[in-house]
Amino acid sequence: MNEMTKVTTLKDWETDQEVRWCPGCGDYAILKAVQRTMPQLGADPANTVFVSGIGCSSRFPYYMESYGFHTIHGRAPAVATGVKLANPELDVWIITGDGDALSIGGNHTMHVLRRNLDCQIMLFNNEIYGLTKGQYSPTSREGTTSPSTPYGSVDHPASPCAFALGSGARFVARGIDVHKGLPDVLKAAHAHKGAAFIEIFQNCIVYNKDVFEEFAAKKTAASTQLWLTDGEPMLFEKGEKGIALDNENLTLKVVNVVDGDWEAAGVIVHDVTNRSIAHMLVELPFGEFPMALGVLYDDPKPTFESAVVEQNRLASEGKKPDLQALVSKGQTWTVKEGRAEL
Amino acid sequence: MASAAEVNTGKIDAVPEAVVVRFAGDSGDGMQLTGGQFTLSTALSGNDLATFPDFPAEIRAPQGTLFGVSAFQINFGSREINTAGDQPDVLVAMNPAALKTNVEALKPGGLIIADSGEFGKRNLDKAKYENNPLEDGSLAKWQLLSFDISQLTLDAVKPFGLGNKEALRCKNMWTLGLALWMFDRERQPIVDWLNQKFAKKPEIAEANIAALNAGHAYGETAELSGPMQKVHIPAAPSEPGLYRTITGAEAISLGLVAGTHLADLPMFFGGYPITPASAILHHLARYKEYGVTTFQAEDEIAAIASAIGASYSGSLGVTSSSGPGIALKGEAMGLAIMTELPLVVVNSQRGGPSTGLPTKTEQSDLYQAVYGRNGDAPMPVIAARSPADAFDCAIEAVRIAVQYMTPVMLLTDGYIANAAEPWAVPDMSDYKAFPVQHLTEAQDGGFKPYGRDEKLARPWVKPGTPDLMHRIGGIEKAVDTGHIDYAPENHQEMTEIRRDKVMGVAESIDDQQVDLGDAGGKLAIVGWGSTYGPIHQAVRRAREADHNVSHIHIRNIWPMPKNLGELLKSYEKVLVPEMNTGQLKTLLRDQFLVDAQPLNKTSGQPFLIAEILAAIEENLA
Repeated sequence: MNEMTKVTTLKDWETDQEVRWCPGCGDYAILKAVQRTMPQLGADPANTVFVSGIGCSSRFPYYMESYGFHTIHGRAPAVATGVKLANPELDVWIITGDGDALSIGGNHTMHVLRRNLDCQIMLFNNEIYGLTKGQYSPTSREGTTSPSTPYGSVDHPASPCAFALGSGARFVARGIDVHKGLPDVLKAAHAHKGAAFIEIFQNCIVYNKDVFEEFAAKKTAASTQLWLTDGEPMLFEKGEKGIALDNENLTLKVVNVVDGDWEAAGVIVHDVTNRSIAHMLVELPFGEFPMALGVLYDDPKPTFESAVVEQNRLASEGKKPDLQALVSKGQTWTVKEGRAEL
Repeated sequence: MASAAEVNTGKIDAVPEAVVVRFAGDSGDGMQLTGGQFTLSTALSGNDLATFPDFPAEIRAPQGTLFGVSAFQINFGSREINTAGDQPDVLVAMNPAALKTNVEALKPGGLIIADSGEFGKRNLDKAKYENNPLEDGSLAKWQLLSFDISQLTLDAVKPFGLGNKEALRCKNMWTLGLALWMFDRERQPIVDWLNQKFAKKPEIAEANIAALNAGHAYGETAELSGPMQKVHIPAAPSEPGLYRTITGAEAISLGLVAGTHLADLPMFFGGYPITPASAILHHLARYKEYGVTTFQAEDEIAAIASAIGASYSGSLGVTSSSGPGIALKGEAMGLAIMTELPLVVVNSQRGGPSTGLPTKTEQSDLYQAVYGRNGDAPMPVIAARSPADAFDCAIEAVRIAVQYMTPVMLLTDGYIANAAEPWAVPDMSDYKAFPVQHLTEAQDGGFKPYGRDEKLARPWVKPGTPDLMHRIGGIEKAVDTGHIDYAPENHQEMTEIRRDKVMGVAESIDDQQVDLGDAGGKLAIVGWGSTYGPIHQAVRRAREADHNVSHIHIRNIWPMPKNLGELLKSYEKVLVPEMNTGQLKTLLRDQFLVDAQPLNKTSGQPFLIAEILAAIEENLA
């Protein structure tokens, strides 16, 4: 996104601060993935800003040797909007969680996406409030028992990627904390000019251990994970199964692929600019379908800050700022020896 | 003003020193526009003036109803004017509801001009009049001039082929024409303004001009009959120079632009629509060539959060709201205090609590400004006394914010925001620049994001600066390094530093002056904000009557001027008139252990001079 290429190594992105997440937390894996990816992006630490809200995930900026702003609960997108509008050259990353981005900060998440501020939004989804000791979150599945829901939660969970797409996001992707595919997702997000939304399934080993195991487990990944690549057929289960369009019901369906002939099976080729398919992908019910991962949707359009900069430029064109003239504007009169004159 | 109060005879004095006129009509009648244009022509005549727009919260309340009445009061004269006037000399009532809600304020013997064409049964019912007051003698203590303004307007604009509804919209210009005649004002500036406003609809411009001329001509002919007289108010003596009228919202906007230029910074303004603060966002949105970026955020919190983000990036972040919005911004103000970033928060106060009185004025957010945040969260607070004063206050708020790396609250209110007064256009070269230096290289001894200068301000480092990467946030910071630190002794030290830094602002502000009267004596009237006008006039009159009373008006609410405590103790009595239940009074007692006594008004209307004068006399009795 920014035209900067700086030679750095993973070490250059580590701070001297002691990392304070629980041992075994998925956040460690995400931090390493980001620190490993930044050199590959040619990113310049001095030009990079991590902005976060409140929650376990939001401690992230303290561990990145760049500029960082740990703000208040839910408001990171709003702070980031000011950061970027005041200096559009900065490379802005927003770090948030399921409670931060979808509960207290749902409003800001919606608006940063619809405005299309050029930034990367990493939502660490662990389906629980970790830092406040384990209450159910807006992404917790129905029936989640927690200190605040001893008899199980009764409300329907939010779907982060569906929310993002519905809010007007032009880039929607999914990754898993410990999965090797995460750096590629981060790179695609960074390459996207505009708001890039990434949901990262993150394992909270203390309060919601292995809640994603049914699709995150390595052993069964071949049949439970559908990794999407632009221009490639949507195949999983080592190519023996694929995703096809159910023309009658206008939905997707799982089809068997015989002898690798996916075309015959009707498997569709992933087109990251197809918004209709993206809507189906973010809503695919897990179980009946594998979990769609990777870049689900990527179709850039002009960004908010570039529009603001352009409008400021056009409105200022040919006008010279002159404070004296500004305060003297409007209908004025002059007093000379006690008499007023127009 | 003074003389107007003394005019108590039937007719307006041939040459009074001041006159108060109130235009009242339906909220769709264009009374604010009429008032605004009358203000302009009055200013051009060289009178000093003050205005008070008073309009309902509903944009278009049902026609003819009592709660849909919109009024605009102007006080103008040939001597110094500080308030919009206690009692109108002239009331222009465009319908029965406007008459009913305003006539009691009219001075006995004052003049009512009423549009009899609107006093039909339907409108009388809506205003809950059983009989037509224009005919039943109930207005006997005033002078009454009623004629069918509606019909006269229709006749005047007939040649332009407008529909009935559109034609009647010219009524306000007819009325304005009459008022211009009555007070010997030029019509040409209004004609120019109409031609400009309706440049794309010349027939509307012409119809309005015809209505204006017809109203003016009516005055000429009606003069012969009864109380209608032409009154000429001579120009007020004023210093030679360039003048313009200005509202508080304009003055704040201009002051913020001037302040950021003096600081050599771009401005970022994050706002969310709210009455009566929105006008600042509207003004600033037009100043892009002055390095102003405006952002209409999704809510009040995003408005301040984005401003904080912009300050972090090296611009000056500014946000503005009214009480309910300020409440929402509270947590973010704490973040700005903790991260020690400059920020200006403008609060145009209105009646509260909750939604309260959105379009009425009050000074009830003083506690909120000084104390209204979680934790020990000190923040400088400045209060503007008048529309023109708001310009300098805005510059001062910017200066304190950038020199002390702190959010600053600038208090105004609905009255200041909307009211207009003549403003001697300042010479900008008289203002001393205070250019900001962002830190670009580590301090001696290594980079300390929370190191301090002599004002206890930390350095301002813009992201993008090589080698000075660092992290900030709302968690308690370690002294110097800014790392997360919960240690007891560190929190103690940082809390004290934040307090000492803000209290140190007192070193950079002027000593408290006595606005009128002597330092020391029997009685001090201590005010803040928009009560300046009525307090000043009341004290002036009391002093003319040989009362030992002085006026002190506080701009720096927090921290207060260093000499204020001693000054207050030099009076036998201290009386604090406020449009709240006694908030500054409490602050003064707390800070200085003085026996400050309250004088409170919370009706949503500004103080009358007479109310303060009565309190002065009572206290000196």
